[in-house]
Amino acid sequence: MFASILFFIFSFLILASALLVITSKNPVNSVIFLIFSFFNAAGIFLIAGAEFLALIMLIVYVGAVAVLFLFVVMMLDLNFEELNKKTNFVKTGIITAGILIAEMIVLFVYYPEEQSFIINKNNELNSLTNTEIIGSKIYTEHFYHFQIAGLILLVAMIGAIVLTLRHRDNVRRQDISSQVSRDQEKNVELKDITFEESE
Amino acid sequence: MEYILSILFIFLQSFLVIFAVLMMAYLGIYGERKLWAAVQLRRGPNIVGPFGLLQPVADFLKLLLKEPIIPDKANKIIFIMAPLVTCFVALSAWAVVPFAENWVVADINVGILYIFAISSLGVYGIILGGWASNSKYPFMGAMRSAAQMVSYEVSIGFVIITVLLCVGSLNLTDIVLAQKKIWFFIPLFPMFIIFFVSALAETNRPPFDLPEAEAELVAGYQVEYSSSFFLLYFLGELAATFLMCAMITILFLGGWLPPFDIYPLNVIPGVVWFMLKVAFIFFMFGMVKALVPRYRYDQLMRLGWKVFLPISLFWVVLTASVLFIFDLAP
Repeated sequence: MFASILFFIFSFLILASALLVITSKNPVNSVIFLIFSFFNAAGIFLIAGAEFLALIMLIVYVGAVAVLFLFVVMMLDLNFEELNKKTNFVKTGIITAGILIAEMIVLFVYYPEEQSFIINKNNELNSLTNTEIIGSKIYTEHFYHFQIAGLILLVAMIGAIVLTLRHRDNVRRQDISSQVSRDQEKNVELKDITFEESE
Repeated sequence: MEYILSILFIFLQSFLVIFAVLMMAYLGIYGERKLWAAVQLRRGPNIVGPFGLLQPVADFLKLLLKEPIIPDKANKIIFIMAPLVTCFVALSAWAVVPFAENWVVADINVGILYIFAISSLGVYGIILGGWASNSKYPFMGAMRSAAQMVSYEVSIGFVIITVLLCVGSLNLTDIVLAQKKIWFFIPLFPMFIIFFVSALAETNRPPFDLPEAEAELVAGYQVEYSSSFFLLYFLGELAATFLMCAMITILFLGGWLPPFDIYPLNVIPGVVWFMLKVAFIFFMFGMVKALVPRYRYDQLMRLGWKVFLPISLFWVVLTASVLFIFDLAP
């Protein structure tokens, strides 16, 4: 009872804030509403008893991804009035939403009963905590998938670094090793100066 | 009826915890000012009340009674929201901190993850405040702070993983109880140092207080904030600092456990040991501020990504290997 009321509150807030993400005129407000909807999604995970996923959601999406998002959006020098004229993503939006709805329908209608993703409450796994189940699933049963996912991420990361790394010659850089290795003998020079007598 | 009573009980507990944190902040700021004064051969606060003990109260009232000034071109809602976020986030993390055995508001399975998640939200208060001020120095400070906090979170995460490998549970009470034989700062000493330094950077404490470096940025993200908004930032930062002290205590210094489980030490209640350890770590934080000059920004980034990250990653692998080879894993 209490949980279902909470579920409706959270899901209403997710939908409302998602709507505000795409309708608000200021991109910073959009990102803030996006963060708010992430929060509520974490709340729904909590109601479902998936506390590990809820907190990972907070750490990864809210704590890292959305911070960088906010960071980039804040630094963009946007002309808001020009931006508002060109927000005509309705066609693309409808197509994407249609594909997603079709996928959900296919999933619910044709998904084989025995592989149901709805958790069986009498499962023997329920004696373990959430974290332990996820650990054994990912790192033991689906080890190779996990490794492949990691490799893809590694390639993407190296690609991002290669794309942005460029050395320009006329830029002054801090060379830590040369700064640390300075010492008195190399850098201080004593010179004998003869002072001329003033008249 | 019983349900309502249990909810009321949780409310009471939460108020007690918040009161305790605010008292810590009060004594912390007084003690810190006295400490810096002693290091610099000054007297520190000594006018208001006996030994200047009421100085923080006077400052508090002064800030509360001042006129709040909101800049004309600022985004008003976000400008007011930002310090509230900082304070709310810093206080809500205390819900899972065990002050002694069973002295905890919410003893959840994933306590350490909760603290990690909540402390990673602390950056929002700063970045939103800096942006909403619509002014250059606050924005520079906010950008620095965001980059700094995101960077040091990575190494903090790896240090936490190293400790978790030795414990086998994410519950904070379990983490403390796993240290009955030996406190983790002895076998994991390099991790203890990395966590200490990263905690300084994560809470924008000196020598990593680049977001509010007064020589470069006046006061960073707080430039436009006055009166009670400033007070909220101030309280939030202090609460976050004490949270980091409590985390070091729980992860490395055995929480509420006495140093030796022998007669005169183990009759002292656990909460006293816990507060003593937190106070000790806070003293160390204060000494760092008193003694160490501020870092340069590129040095800060280099330390996080090129020194701490590889070392902590290596220690995760090393700890896992040692636990596996000698069959010590819990």
